[in-house]
Amino acid sequence: MEKTLDLKYTYTDKKDTRSGFGDGLLEAGRNNPNVVGLCADLIGSLKMGAFQKEFPERFFQVGIAEANMIGLAAGMAIGGKIPFTGTFANFSTGRVYDQIRQSVAYSDKNVKICASHAGLTLGEDGATHQILEDVGMMRMLPHMTVINPCDYNQTKAATLALVDHVGPAYLRFGRPVWPIFTPADQKFEIGKAWKMIEGKDVTIFATGHLVWEAVVAEAMLREEGIYAEVINIHTIKPFDEAAVLASIAKTGCAVSAEEHQINGGLGDSIAQSLARNNPAPLEYIGVLDSFGESGTPTQLLEKYGLNAENIVKAAKKAIARK
Amino acid sequence: MEKQSIDQLKQICSQVRRDCLRMVHAVQSGHPGAALGLTEYFVALYFNEMTHDSKFKMDGKGEDMFFLSNGHVSALWYSVLARSGYFSTEELETFRKLNSRLQGHPATHEGLPGIRIASGSLGQGLSVAIGVAQAKKIDEDDKLVYVMMGDGEQQEGQIWEAGMYAAHHKVDNLIAAIDYNGQQIDGPTLKVMDLKNLKAKWEAFGWDVIEVKKGNDIESVVNGLAKARGLTGKGKPVMILLYTEMGYGVDFMVGTHKWHGVAPSDAELENALGQLEETLGDY
Repeated sequence: MEKTLDLKYTYTDKKDTRSGFGDGLLEAGRNNPNVVGLCADLIGSLKMGAFQKEFPERFFQVGIAEANMIGLAAGMAIGGKIPFTGTFANFSTGRVYDQIRQSVAYSDKNVKICASHAGLTLGEDGATHQILEDVGMMRMLPHMTVINPCDYNQTKAATLALVDHVGPAYLRFGRPVWPIFTPADQKFEIGKAWKMIEGKDVTIFATGHLVWEAVVAEAMLREEGIYAEVINIHTIKPFDEAAVLASIAKTGCAVSAEEHQINGGLGDSIAQSLARNNPAPLEYIGVLDSFGESGTPTQLLEKYGLNAENIVKAAKKAIARK
Repeated sequence: MEKQSIDQLKQICSQVRRDCLRMVHAVQSGHPGAALGLTEYFVALYFNEMTHDSKFKMDGKGEDMFFLSNGHVSALWYSVLARSGYFSTEELETFRKLNSRLQGHPATHEGLPGIRIASGSLGQGLSVAIGVAQAKKIDEDDKLVYVMMGDGEQQEGQIWEAGMYAAHHKVDNLIAAIDYNGQQIDGPTLKVMDLKNLKAKWEAFGWDVIEVKKGNDIESVVNGLAKARGLTGKGKPVMILLYTEMGYGVDFMVGTHKWHGVAPSDAELENALGQLEETLGDY
C-alpha cells in the first residue's frame, strides 16, 4: 500500500536499527580511545563483532551475566572509560533494574545501556523477549536519558551522539529490517524533537519503529484531506516539552505512537505535559496492558494495533474530540 | 599519607570505634555491629596499606582504590575517610540527617569525597570493583583495587557472576575481602543460609584465597593485606576471608547479630565509650 502513497519520506534500502548501533559503536571506537564495549553473549545479535575485532583490548565478553555487566560498566566509567553495554532490551532493563538504579543512575555513571530486540517487532521469539515496559522503567529513573531512534541512520547517529553526552543513558533499538528514511548525515541532538512533517489538523508524536508508520499514516490522512504534523520523539527523556506544546497549540490534538505499553511510555510523557499545560485530546497507539506473542513483525503490529492504519483511525478520533 | 605503625593503628581503631558508636547513637539508627567488626581492616587499608590521596579524584588514576559493597557499614567508612583527611571530622555529626552528605548508605549523589559509587543494595560492589580494575589495566595503571563484601552478601547471585568473570578475565589487580563474621540480619548464616565452604567455593571459581583468622588483630590484618598484595599480578584475582567478630571492642555487642542495625541507648553508649579510649579527640 505504501508504494502507491505520496510519502514525504521514502527509502531505497532497509536495514535493522541494531546494525546502526553496531556501525555507530565501531566509528565511536575509532574516534575515542575511551569507548569500551561489553556484551552478555549476544555479540552477533547486537552487531558488536566489528568493534570486538578491531578493539579486542577494549571489548569485554561478560557471558550470560547481565547484572555483573552493569556493575562492570559502572566501574569502568569510574575509571574514565565510556562503556556501552549490549544485550536484548529485556535483559538490559527488567533483569537488571536494581543494578542500573543503584550503580548507574543514582551514582550518575557515564554508562550507555544499549538494548536490541525491543518491542513486538522482535517477532517469533515471543513475549518472554518482547519487552514492552522498558521505556517506562528507564524514564522513571532520575538522571537517565532515554533514546529510541527510528531507523538505521538515526540509531547510528544516536550512538555517536552518546559518546559526547556525559551521564547514564538507555538506547533502545530493534531486530527487524526497517526502511531507512532519515538522512545518513543527520545531526542527532539529544533531547530535541524533530518535526519531520509540518501539519495543522493533528500531531502524531512517534518514536522508534513507529515513526515510519507515522510517516505512512500522514500520507494516508492527506489523501483524505487531513494534514497531520509528524514529530519524531527520538529522545523520550529529557522530554522536549516545548516542541510538544508548540505543535499542540497549532493542531489542537495528538496521537502518540510507540512500540511499548501505553502505561509509562511516550504517550504518558505527552499526557502529563498536556494535563499540566494544555489539556488537548490525545489518543494512544501502544500495547494495551498485555504481553506480546510469536508472529512476524508485520503481523504483530497489525494484531496489536500499532501500524499506520491504526494511527489513521486514532488521528481521526483525536480530531473528532477537539 | 605515611604508613602508620601498629601502635598508631591501634589508637586510630579505638577512636574510629568511638566515632561509629557516637554517630549511630546520635540519630538512633545505623549499623554498629559490622562497623565495629571491620574497624581493623578499614584502618589498616587507609592508614597503612593503600596509596591514596585525600584530595579526592573520582577516577583514582595512580591510586589504590577501595570499594564497599556492604554499604550498611557506612559509619565506619565515613569515620575512616574523615580521619584520613577526605573531609572534616565535624561533618560526622551530620550522619543520616537531612541535607547531609553522609547518607545512611554511601552515595555519590551529594558529592562526598572518597565515595565513588552508591552501595547498600547488596551484591553489586564486586562487579564495580572488577570494572575499575579492568579500566586500570587498560590505562596501564599498576595500582590495586580493593573491595569489601559481607558474608551474608555471598547469598546474592551477582557475586558469583562477578567471581566467574574476574577469574576468566584474569583480573589480578584486585583484592576482594569477605567480612566473615557468620552473622546476618535474621541470625547466624549457618541457620539463615549456610555458606558452606567459602574458601573452597572461591578457589573453585579460580581465585587465590587467603584466610586472615584474626580479623580484629591489627597486626594480623596488616600482614594479611601484605600477603594478599604479594599474590596480585599472577593471573588470578585475590580473595581474603577475613574472620571478624561483629561488635568487636564493646563487650556487650560482640559476637551477636543483635547489633546489626540497632543503636545503643544513652546508658549503653556511655558503657561502650568507657571501653574505648579517646585517642585522637572526639569530633
